[in-house]
This record gives sequence, C-alpha cells and structure tokens, in this order.
Amino acid sequence: MKLADIRDLLRAEVISGGDRLDIEIRSCCGADLMSDVLAFTKEQTMLLTGLTSPQVVRTAEMSDLVAIVFVRGKRPGQPVIELAGEVGIPLLATEYPLFEACGIIYQHGIRGTAPREGWQRAENE
Amino acid sequence: MSEQGVNLEFTLAKYDFDGAGQASSKLKRLLQQIGVRPEVIRRIAVSAYEAEMNVIIHSQGGKMLAVITPGQTVLEFVDSGPGIADIEKAMTEGYSTAPDHIREKGFGAGMGLPNMKRCADQFDISSTVGTGTRIKMSFNH
Repeated sequence: MKLADIRDLLRAEVISGGDRLDIEIRSCCGADLMSDVLAFTKEQTMLLTGLTSPQVVRTAEMSDLVAIVFVRGKRPGQPVIELAGEVGIPLLATEYPLFEACGIIYQHGIRGTAPREGWQRAENE
Repeated sequence: MSEQGVNLEFTLAKYDFDGAGQASSKLKRLLQQIGVRPEVIRRIAVSAYEAEMNVIIHSQGGKMLAVITPGQTVLEFVDSGPGIADIEKAMTEGYSTAPDHIREKGFGAGMGLPNMKRCADQFDISSTVGTGTRIKMSFNH
C-alpha cells in the first residue's frame, strides 16, 4: 500500500513530505511510547502516534521508519515539521483516534511487526 | 578511513530535549557515508539515541564518545549524576525511575537499557551512586 492510499483511507492532511506519497508502506505501529517504538519496530514501518514532540521524529529517524501519522487531530509545531524535512520523513495528520486509525489500516491488509522474535500471530488472521 | 579511525565527542546537557538526538543523528549520517551496513547502523543509532536520552533525562549532563574504525564502532557514554543503585533492576524491562513529565514525552518506559544490550555486540555498564554512570557498547560492522 502506498502512503497516498493511507492518506485517503484516514482522510489525512499531508503536513510535509508531499513529494513522497508514492513510498510503499509494508507494516505499521501505533504507539505513544517512543521507548517501545525503539525497542520493538522493524525498519520500513509507518508510525501512528498522538505525540507531537521532536523525539517522535528522532525516534523515527533512528529506527528507519518511513512515515509518521499524527492521530486525534494533533499537529506538530514548526520545529518538528522542519526536523522531519531535514531527515526526510513525511508527516500526515488525521482526526481519527489511534485505535480507529490503526483499525482502518489493518482492515486493508497492513500488519504490525512481531514485538518479539519467535512470536507469531494466530493462523486465522 | 585510516586504521586509527574517526573519533567523535558530543556534550549532552540535562533536560536538553530540543537538542536530544543530534549526536546520534550526526553519528548515523557519518556511518552512512562510510558505508556501514544499514542493519548495523540501525542498531548503533537506536542504542546511541537511547543512551543519549538517558543522559539527558537522568543525569546532570555528560558526554558521548564514538570511535569508528573499519571493523567496528565503539560508543561510550559518561555522565555526572545520581548513578544507578541497582544495575540488575535497571536492566529489567519495564523498570523505570523516570518522572511523569518524562513519560509524557514518550520515554521512561524502562526499555532503554535492555534495548541497548540487545542491540550491541558488547555492552558494559558501571555506576557509582552519587557520582555517575558509564556505558560502553561495541558494534561489529
């Protein structure tokens, strides 16, 4: 699924990085705890979060995440937008709460990354 | 790159949340320029950022030292501060002494030290209560 499809599904506004909507999103992670994002996500993942601090962008940069969607109508300040531009991570904003935003994307076939090695989803998923 | 490698040093200030991550970001870019494998760079960058945040959150300030040679990256974090009374407890996932205002920033979940240990090929921590903490991590390229 392309980032542009995510934008349409979540009726999201593109805050920055509009030239990168053709990137492929393979997995997603919904979290407000950046410690968990750093510990459990795999690269090439898109982050959905309600946090709008610069640490969200830094966490994404270090973890090789590909895009960030801010949920619950939250919007980052200008310094955060500029930082995301510097490190090349597109930012989107949706009015959907985190649970619903994740649910919509999940319904369209995107999955998360296994939190621990060896852990597997149930077969009927 | 010469066999002696590249030495980097960054100063980390207490509660400098705006600057947090700059040192790790510069380190990551340098490793990319050198051509270290992306999977290795990711482990180094995540560990460096976790450690950087720890110094900013828990200590009175400190330093990040990086020595990059063709075969490996060695990171050393040295801070002045309260130190860690029980290192074994601090290494337990979920254990944290971070105050609420840090948790509101998305940190202080008690995942930092275990995550660094998991990411690094070698991990050493020593601490003296009332003096500070030192963490040394090595990553094979």
